[in-house]
Amino acid sequence: MSLLKYAAYRFMTMLLTLGVVSVLVFFIINLPPGDYLSNQIAELRATGQSAAVEKAEFLRAEYALDRPLWAQYLIWAGAIPGPNGFSGLLQGDFGWSFEFDQPVADIVGDALWLTVLVNLAAVLFVYMVALPLGVLAAARSKTWVDYTAAFVGYLGLATPNFLLALILFYYGQKYLGLPIGGLMDPQFEGEPMSWDKVKSILIHLIVPTFVIGTSGAAAMMQRLRANLLDELGKPYVETARAKGMAPARMLSKYPLRMAFNPFVADIGNLLPSMISGSVLVSVVLGLQTIGPALLAALKSQDQFLAGFILMFVALLTLIGTMISDLLLVLLDPRIRYGGRKA
Amino acid sequence: MTQLPDGRYVDDAPYDPDENINRIERAEFDAPNWLLIWRKFKQHKLGLWSGIFLLFSYLMLPFAGFIAPYTPSERNADHLYAPPQMVQWFHEGSLVGPFVYPRTAVADLENFQWTYETDTSRPMPLQFFCEGDGYRLAGLIKTDRHLFCASEGSTVFLLGSDRLGRDVFSRILYGAQLSLTVGLIGITVSFILGIGFGSIAGYFGGRIDWFIQRKIEILRSLPELPLWLALSAAVPSSWGPVAVFFIISVILGILDWPGLARAVRAKFLSLREEEYVRAAEMMGASSSRVIRRHLLPNFVSHLIASATLSIPAMILGETALSFLGLGLRAPAVSWGVMLNDAQNLASIEIYPWTAIPMLPIIIVVLAFNFLGDGLRDSLDPYEQ
Repeated sequence: MSLLKYAAYRFMTMLLTLGVVSVLVFFIINLPPGDYLSNQIAELRATGQSAAVEKAEFLRAEYALDRPLWAQYLIWAGAIPGPNGFSGLLQGDFGWSFEFDQPVADIVGDALWLTVLVNLAAVLFVYMVALPLGVLAAARSKTWVDYTAAFVGYLGLATPNFLLALILFYYGQKYLGLPIGGLMDPQFEGEPMSWDKVKSILIHLIVPTFVIGTSGAAAMMQRLRANLLDELGKPYVETARAKGMAPARMLSKYPLRMAFNPFVADIGNLLPSMISGSVLVSVVLGLQTIGPALLAALKSQDQFLAGFILMFVALLTLIGTMISDLLLVLLDPRIRYGGRKA
Repeated sequence: MTQLPDGRYVDDAPYDPDENINRIERAEFDAPNWLLIWRKFKQHKLGLWSGIFLLFSYLMLPFAGFIAPYTPSERNADHLYAPPQMVQWFHEGSLVGPFVYPRTAVADLENFQWTYETDTSRPMPLQFFCEGDGYRLAGLIKTDRHLFCASEGSTVFLLGSDRLGRDVFSRILYGAQLSLTVGLIGITVSFILGIGFGSIAGYFGGRIDWFIQRKIEILRSLPELPLWLALSAAVPSSWGPVAVFFIISVILGILDWPGLARAVRAKFLSLREEEYVRAAEMMGASSSRVIRRHLLPNFVSHLIASATLSIPAMILGETALSFLGLGLRAPAVSWGVMLNDAQNLASIEIYPWTAIPMLPIIIVVLAFNFLGDGLRDSLDPYEQ
């Protein structure tokens, strides 16, 4: 199988997975008894506002909430026509947010890009930190470098993300003058991109990136160190040393390449946990990503908003995993395209 | 042993020509597996001490009410946001025994805060085995004895008090009851699901394996926290704290099993071709018997190590959920619920002690990690 074919195959599996995930997501957001509108209708009835009840009833019919659950799902996904013909996720119609009384697409809008941005920054951070530290810890194993790296790594794993966020924000502001809260200065919100806006976003990104990336970097560093140590004990390393190769060149030429594999393959594990982290951290730090919107939507049973955000988050992870799989094949010719056949 | 006049040493025991002189080494060769594991584990000092610490913490749980000077919801309206108090021993150079200086709250009308004035002229000794608010020891025996408490007219807030004047130290002890057990219940659920699905997939293979594999892949590719959030948001708010606690632990477990199932499956795939499995099947053992009696015991120790490593994730998960207000809710006390109070920068700036519950979280999570590492390293005693 050629690489292109493998990529196509991988893409198809991703679409299939996404389909299954959408069922799962729809099921989960419908778990709580009742829905936003029926709760609202009951409340309005109790207070005797019949005009508003009519609007809510209209919305209920409009968004097919009066149909059986399976039909609701298919309409939401855009597989069968709803009251307004085909208009679901497949057609790019993300539904209506009852809480904000606006189309979902308008609410999430910018937040989607900022979410991608925050997570990309965090992934970059993880690699930039884990690579040198992991190599250093392995090359100088059982010295203070190794122990310090291990200690910092363990601490990074054990500290709850959100607390780290609060503490870093506080001290970052106090001693380094880093800005608190948000992803850009308020005057740039809703403004078109400009150099100043980019600068503002970059400065605001420092603390969130650090917080989201720390635990991932710690885990990856430990794994890289373990892999590299395994390689360093092998005879070919001894041979290279014996023939007088410079240590740094030897390290980067042979064992590092071998130890690099899991580094790429790990994106699949890394991404879900980082996106989890970014949701949590965004809520705490008030970043304008989809995190706070998701929490609010889940709390008020704003089901289309919550469903769309969950789908988006899943899509982000699936794309990340797919890219990592493709990179892995490019990087290591030993890996067969066909996948693991048991 | 006696020393003869010429300086030689002679064993007093009568000489037995039939005795096997290899006996001591024999015992060494025949030592049961757990003994070898234990010997190797003992050398892993960090893991050993973490294990002892965790054992101690879990044993303390039933007696939290006894050790804590206050009950978790006991309010001291005169001591809101009181900073931590030091227990002192010497008053004006003479030994008094453990005591505290009484404090009175003064309203600082400029900053709208309470400030505390310490009266260093009157040492108030701590009382031991004193009567305080009633609680149930181990959830069963009703009593009002506390290990220590402040004498009349003074307070003992070792780690300060919170927004309602509740003692942070006592609440941390009570919070441990929920925060530490959440991981245990979660891991049980995860174990049952993980071992169940993993062994079925690995043992039977074929279509079932394919199906379970896909399920694992899907669950693993989804970010946990949004799913936790969504599932916990589905818990009706009318449920009591105990039911919520239980369901949250189950939710944490439900999303944790895929990793375990994967490990179990891989082991099964390699073990099911062994001769003894074939033999058991030939003798007519049912699949469930082969799995339970012949396959699982092979790597149960391995599973325990991986469980130890995934409990911290659940503790952190519970903390995160409670912190966001979707997990446990007051009046339940857990470390996450307590941290919920420390959500904003103001409390970190002005009342840093409200964030103290993060210390036990970090320590416990680290301890579980070290213990798990130690177990993993020592589980294969034959490997050097």
